Amino acid sequence: MKTTDTVPTGVENPGSPGGPGAGVTKTAPPVPRRTAKAEGATLNVFSHGVLIIWAIMVVTPLLWAVMTSFKTDRAIFTSPWALPDKLHFENWSRAWTEAHMSDYFLNTILVVGGSLFGTLLLGSMAAYVLARFDFPGSRFIYFLFIGGMSFPIILALVPLFYVMQNMALLNTLHGLILVYIAYSLPFTVFFLTAFFRTLPSSVAEAAFVDGASHTRTFFQVMLPMAKPGLISVGIFNFLGQWNQYLLPTVLNTEPEGKVLSQGLVQLAVSQGYKGDWSGLFAGLVMAMLPVLAAYIIFQRQVVAGLTAGAVK
Amino acid sequence: MQHGKYRFIVGFLAAPLALYALFVIWPFIQSIYYSFTDWTGLSPEFGMVGFDNYSRMLDDEIFWKSLQHSLTFAVVLPLVTVGLALFFAFMLNVGGRRRRGAAIAGVRGSSFYKIVYFFPQVLSIAIVALLFQFAYNPNSGAINSVLKGVGLGSVQPDWLGDPDLALICVMVVLVWSTVGFFVVLFSAGMASIPRDFYEAALLDGANRFTTFFKITLPLLWDTVQSGWIYMGILALGAESFAVVQIMTVGPSGGGPDYSTIVLPLYVYQKAFRDGQAAYATTIGVALLLLTLAFAAVVMKVGRRERLEF
Repeated sequence: MKTTDTVPTGVENPGSPGGPGAGVTKTAPPVPRRTAKAEGATLNVFSHGVLIIWAIMVVTPLLWAVMTSFKTDRAIFTSPWALPDKLHFENWSRAWTEAHMSDYFLNTILVVGGSLFGTLLLGSMAAYVLARFDFPGSRFIYFLFIGGMSFPIILALVPLFYVMQNMALLNTLHGLILVYIAYSLPFTVFFLTAFFRTLPSSVAEAAFVDGASHTRTFFQVMLPMAKPGLISVGIFNFLGQWNQYLLPTVLNTEPEGKVLSQGLVQLAVSQGYKGDWSGLFAGLVMAMLPVLAAYIIFQRQVVAGLTAGAVK
Repeated sequence: MQHGKYRFIVGFLAAPLALYALFVIWPFIQSIYYSFTDWTGLSPEFGMVGFDNYSRMLDDEIFWKSLQHSLTFAVVLPLVTVGLALFFAFMLNVGGRRRRGAAIAGVRGSSFYKIVYFFPQVLSIAIVALLFQFAYNPNSGAINSVLKGVGLGSVQPDWLGDPDLALICVMVVLVWSTVGFFVVLFSAGMASIPRDFYEAALLDGANRFTTFFKITLPLLWDTVQSGWIYMGILALGAESFAVVQIMTVGPSGGGPDYSTIVLPLYVYQKAFRDGQAAYATTIGVALLLLTLAFAAVVMKVGRRERLEF
């Protein structure tokens, strides 16, 4: 799964996006010896043109948000595109403490940490058994898992709400963790089953002959071999769970237990009458930056992880 | 290998399967059952009502509105997103100046473009929706002040507040946030097409746009088709719920005069705002059927002989 650097000339430093203009390169027309070459040159200018326009359209809203988070409320409304008169860092500290961004971050880290670990553990256990063992009903269980990928979650959420209520799991972080794991299993099992099937069976057999139990073979031999697959599916699940909005909106409505995405929406609704828009923008940027930074650092793995499922 | 095999299988499958059955499968089955009851969700008592919810749904004007909007999403969004992404990916891969005899070449800095285009994909859709809600603000939002700045002060649309524009505004946001993913996906597919194919076609006098339709698209067909289904499911499901619920006005989202209501949001409103859980599951079943029908249609229409290369 190689998704980046397919073109040898792509040498811009991935660590520094450097603004929308950084992709501009020399477009001086080459000597048009043949018409085909002239066509190529025109196309080249045209391609750079449209590609740069879209890059600007992607980056501008994000930069605008960063800029706005440093402005005063008055400036936000009177001149939305002007640079801030000075960097109002107090917006950020207000968002962090008064607007509960610190709580939202902590909740999100707890929920995603727990559910990511659970998803990878349970997902790889199920996938390993489904990929390597033949037993009655194995195909049925496999399709039961992957069927969950295409069903609209909202349909299940109505009864799930009451299932959770009866089990006293509603509005608790551990309840949310269990639900995140359950709804991450279809893709995780699908992906890891395919991955375990590609691993050579001779190693596992050798371990087994040497007296290792099935369980020990799995944890000490197979799981380390599956590391690349676990990383890809782990990144996929991390982003999905970190950004999750629908599940917590329905199942986790206590104000102090909110996770980032729903906490921000809550903030936006309440700022409607408090009028602290600069604080809200600071919160937005605060939530945006860690994910963007992580993406830029690990971009090769992130892209591989996120596109892995669609290619299969 | 037989020793303890079944004990191991049961031991490893029990926990994931139990969790999955309890939180995913069981609620799905329950919701189909509930759609034949008059359950409110507020009290545990309910009775069977047969197809009453379904006939009520067929007379429900707002249901038809949300169905129409969800259908629009499922048709327009994959078309625009996949189309734009194919265009950008093609530009990235063959739009470059040729160097040293290569028939086609990628543009310079193509990896930079791919990194930037992918940004929205890693952000929460909730954050994206909030951001654009501000951009669309009619009084002091980013878009209207740009219009003012370029001398179009008289053109100040109400964007999300305008029943005719709100749905388009919402769709633009979904396109903005998903195009990058497909550019990267298609670009990887295009890069694996052997360059000789292009070389041969160009030698035979084809221009680059012909090569797109005669070489690139047919060889990329499988990826395009799965991308199409992926985008459609996304446009029918959680993504459209988040964008509409967060961005549009009206009582708990849905736009002025329900002009942006979509099926998942209508399910949510009926269940958790109006206390009509049984009716909500009925609409949910309609959404399930729509999703399955969409996937089936795309697979059927898109069926081509698989090309090996």
